Amino acid sequence: MTSTTITPTRSGFSAAEYLTCLNGIVWREALRFLHQRERFISALVRPLVWLFIFAAGFRQVLGLSIIPPYETYILYEVYIAPGLMAMIQLFNGMQSSLSMVYDREMGNMRTLLVSPLPRWFLLSCKLLAGTAVSLLQVYAFLLIAWFWDIAPPPAGYLTVLPALVLSGLMLGALGMLISSGIKQLENFAGVMNFVIFPMFFASSALYPLWRILESSPMLYYVCLFNPFTHAVELIRFALYGQVNWIALAVVGGCTIVFMVGAILAYDPSRGLIRRGPAGGET
Amino acid sequence: MTATDAFSSGQDTRDIPSRPDVMAAPALSIDGVSHAYGARRALIDIGFSVAPASFTALLGLNGAGKSTLFSLITRLFGIQHGRIGIFGHDVARTPGEALRLLGVVFQPRTLDLDLSVTQNLLYHAALHGIGRRDARGRSHEVLARIGLADRAGSKVRDLSGGQMRRLEIARALLHRPRLLLLDEATVGLDVKARADILTHVRELVAEQGISVLWATHLFDEIGASDDLVVLHQGRVLAKGEAPRVIADAGGSDINTAFMRLTGSAEPSAGATS
Repeated sequence: MTSTTITPTRSGFSAAEYLTCLNGIVWREALRFLHQRERFISALVRPLVWLFIFAAGFRQVLGLSIIPPYETYILYEVYIAPGLMAMIQLFNGMQSSLSMVYDREMGNMRTLLVSPLPRWFLLSCKLLAGTAVSLLQVYAFLLIAWFWDIAPPPAGYLTVLPALVLSGLMLGALGMLISSGIKQLENFAGVMNFVIFPMFFASSALYPLWRILESSPMLYYVCLFNPFTHAVELIRFALYGQVNWIALAVVGGCTIVFMVGAILAYDPSRGLIRRGPAGGET
Repeated sequence: MTATDAFSSGQDTRDIPSRPDVMAAPALSIDGVSHAYGARRALIDIGFSVAPASFTALLGLNGAGKSTLFSLITRLFGIQHGRIGIFGHDVARTPGEALRLLGVVFQPRTLDLDLSVTQNLLYHAALHGIGRRDARGRSHEVLARIGLADRAGSKVRDLSGGQMRRLEIARALLHRPRLLLLDEATVGLDVKARADILTHVRELVAEQGISVLWATHLFDEIGASDDLVVLHQGRVLAKGEAPRVIADAGGSDINTAFMRLTGSAEPSAGATS
């Protein structure tokens, strides 16, 4: 077997190539999302059921005091709206995670991972794409909620955007990290039971933390250390043009930790993909 | 410009100045590669190379370690021991440069069934940093070449198995690689589809100078002038030009040579895999 002459490749990638790759991944996620109309509908129905049914039923049971960022007494529907926005992002993050496990089982994930661009960049693009999809869902929810008299200040629709991006990244990165540890699609049901439900219920999404403290100090601390609580609070404050700095720090820090963990997990020399071949391959 | 021209003009015009180690390197070099899944050793001190513009068949039964080797070459798995180079670029140290020169067709289907034929190609192009306009032009060319131009807007799930494989090959060539890896690319296809794909790949070698590593367990896919690597239970048992491998093994054809090398009586010449 002989050698011959070939022109070498240039090293590195241009900014335009990175941008093209990012656009391509976001475009593909958007296409998949549009093709899966049921996913969009179910993403909306879930929080709307909570808003229209659960909140209406509990309005009279759960009274609220005046707590920041609200300046007056509010309806329970108004209180849980930020929690439901975060819930949309939580489910979307886990849906993306499920999609990655599915892609891995079906082989599609290889298309992404054999790209010559750096793997950290590919995963970051995937994360951004998932976050962009979650933003569409959240704003669709806000639009419907507006007809339900849940109307934050007009500027709130803009000021909440950075908070939504950050919380979407955190929850997406968490989903990505979880997906790296799931070998089979069937195992994903466990994520519902052990991640989504505990994160959602042990948070300030449905009831303020001071209420939880009154009933169970231990649960209060669980909620306090739950990053989802801080995602909810970050969104809640941003929706009213305010910044909850503690929530911002926690969500930002968790985003970095989860993302680094996911990148390490998908590193070929460390993570899941060195564990074994796919079914049927040798 | 014809589709063939488009392929043969595949070198990126934005290349950096030459580097001596890359200039005269084999298309693929595998040097002392070993890999284990826990206690199970899948590859044991593998070594061979693929010459530029050559067709090299990697022959092995199911379980020989072919897919593991492909996963190492494409960096899906980390390299535990040894070195893999693509035109002189170390896969572990400079994966971007190495993978840029590589096109790959995996054993399982890796197309997105819900997207159209063209959308799959555009997505692949984006993953290689190829802009939309350029990608559209290349997509038209490759689809014309593989005879799927009239299915450009079809959902991939509506294609036949043979068409999907041809599309995967077209996709693997979209970024104009110099080395093409195909892992059991004809598995599950009928006789005609197998023959069409094999002919198409051999044309790529002859007309465009692309190097090909073709993993198979089917003896009848190996041509008389091919380079051959026999992989068995994670070890390379023989390598070289096919006639020499057959002669050295004392066989009358590839089938008997393989059985002599492996001590196996398992027939694998079937065309119905």
